[in-house]
Amino acid sequence: MAVDRLDAVRDDAPGPVERAATAPVRRRRLPFSPWHLLLAPMALAFVFPLVQMVLTSFMDDSEINRFPPRFLPRSIDLGSTGGRGQERASGYVGLLTQTPVLHWLLNSAVVATVAVVSHLVLCSLAGYGFARLRFHGRQVGFFLLLGTVMIPTQLLLVPTYVLFARLGFVDTLAAAFVPWLASAFGIFLMRQFFLSLPTELEDAARIDGCSTFGVFWRIVLPLARPALATLAIFTLLGSWNDLVWPLVAINDESSYTIQLGLANFQGTRRTQWSLLMSGNVVATLPLVLAFLFAQRQFVATMTFSGLKG
Amino acid sequence: MTVFASSAPVRPARAARVRRRLVGDLTGWGFAGPATFVVLGLSVFPALWALRISRQKWNGIAPPKPLGWTNYQLMASDPDLFAAVRHTVVLTALFVPLSLLLGLLIAIALNQPIRFVGFYRTCVFVPFVVSAAVTGILATFVFNPQFGIVNAGLRSVGVAPQQFLESPSQVLLVLVLVSLWGSVGFTVVVYLAALQDIPRELTEAALVDGANRRQVFRYVTVPQLRPVTVFTAVWQTITALQLFDIIYTTTRGGPLGASQTVVYYVYYQFRELQRYGYASAVSYGLFAVTMLITLAMVVYARRRGTEAF
Repeated sequence: MAVDRLDAVRDDAPGPVERAATAPVRRRRLPFSPWHLLLAPMALAFVFPLVQMVLTSFMDDSEINRFPPRFLPRSIDLGSTGGRGQERASGYVGLLTQTPVLHWLLNSAVVATVAVVSHLVLCSLAGYGFARLRFHGRQVGFFLLLGTVMIPTQLLLVPTYVLFARLGFVDTLAAAFVPWLASAFGIFLMRQFFLSLPTELEDAARIDGCSTFGVFWRIVLPLARPALATLAIFTLLGSWNDLVWPLVAINDESSYTIQLGLANFQGTRRTQWSLLMSGNVVATLPLVLAFLFAQRQFVATMTFSGLKG
Repeated sequence: MTVFASSAPVRPARAARVRRRLVGDLTGWGFAGPATFVVLGLSVFPALWALRISRQKWNGIAPPKPLGWTNYQLMASDPDLFAAVRHTVVLTALFVPLSLLLGLLIAIALNQPIRFVGFYRTCVFVPFVVSAAVTGILATFVFNPQFGIVNAGLRSVGVAPQQFLESPSQVLLVLVLVSLWGSVGFTVVVYLAALQDIPRELTEAALVDGANRRQVFRYVTVPQLRPVTVFTAVWQTITALQLFDIIYTTTRGGPLGASQTVVYYVYYQFRELQRYGYASAVSYGLFAVTMLITLAMVVYARRRGTEAF
């Protein structure tokens, strides 16, 4: 429903902007709240680059390289494969036929899927363990986990690379998803959620003869859907957009994730803008669509994580 | 005690207790163990290993040579590291206040009962799902000195075209803008949540007592936002000190090293020069400084009576 409202609003969104430009400036009362004067340009600044990205992906390179720059494409150009007689590969056609981008997208999808599934399983199990079960070493373990939040990534670059090299992860997708199998953040999130649940249901199930795992699986987990959604989005965003670990541990082009592939385009195809922009669209579209459909959950995730560098 | 009389029946009871405890421990670690193992194995263990590597001369291939604290002493006379520290300080000093101010301003605006708020909010949050690789390509495009849209805009208001990311004197400022674009959504969300948590009675009481809106903001809203401001400031400082992805995907430390930050320098020493020991030492140095700054900010806030953590 949130989406319906957004769409309805978007159609006439430029309204206040136009009015701001054309209305005679009166001192006392604007025909709209003055907050629009702040928010409209801000909103434009945030969305403009993305709109331009989509529009530019449909231009050919000569159109992109003009000055002054064109905002709207003259016609929809899907690009060309390049080669024989033609110029270089460009646009979506060039992207899909002349670069391994589909392969990279598949790699990223594998990484994100493994990361999300593993996060949901491992972090909810551990969160429940730390929230409800009594066992030796529980407090020490949890204290250590809390401490890891302070360890910055750059400290881990060298040893993790060496570790991955010894385990044979270098140049495989494992290097991209192993760092995302579980996280301290995920464990805290689930633990806090389980602590907020009343214990009566679990006690009742226990008395009826349910095992510990049965209580967790049949009683607690179905109640944890909101927390699991937050955790899934956190992991999806983090693993799909991750650049550092693939960059450090993957040199083999066939194991690139889409992010690493794009980042390295910067070096090899830096002037093939229609190709780069099509790549950007392809890499961003899944997440933007997911965001528009589940905005509330995404915002909850943002509040909780602050993830992203 | 009735040791003699009951020694026979006690033993099975104690055995049962021991077994129950063992089962409890096994169950507990069965839940908490896998995630804890993964998280600690990829944070505490490599962090300790990095400490060891930082006291060695090692290129990853030849056998490591123990050096004692030499790598740390080298840092004191490394002009490139000093430059990287300077760049990091400039970035942080610009990024943190701007992201707080902008975040607060947008959050206040989004908290007003005006039209299109849902649309504006979507616009501000969308960049949050865009990856650093995509942001980097977009930034080089939008800020392109030849055909970039920003220069076109400047020219239309009579300003000469700028070099932006290709100018040693402008590059840090542009990078701050680019990182703000991707991360202001987070500060906005945090401030928005905090604003909505301010009890209505407080502002209403102030209004009843004859305060005008500016006074309400100054004497009611601002004090209520103090804890969240401290938290966000610490968080954004850590983010800024560790800025890497955006730099890799835009300038790779250039032009002429003008955007090389400490974390980028760590990466450079590690991947380009294979100086594993020195890279680890620098990353430990940055870690120590980050901890000190964080601690100083929290202590300062406590002294002034704000409990943020």
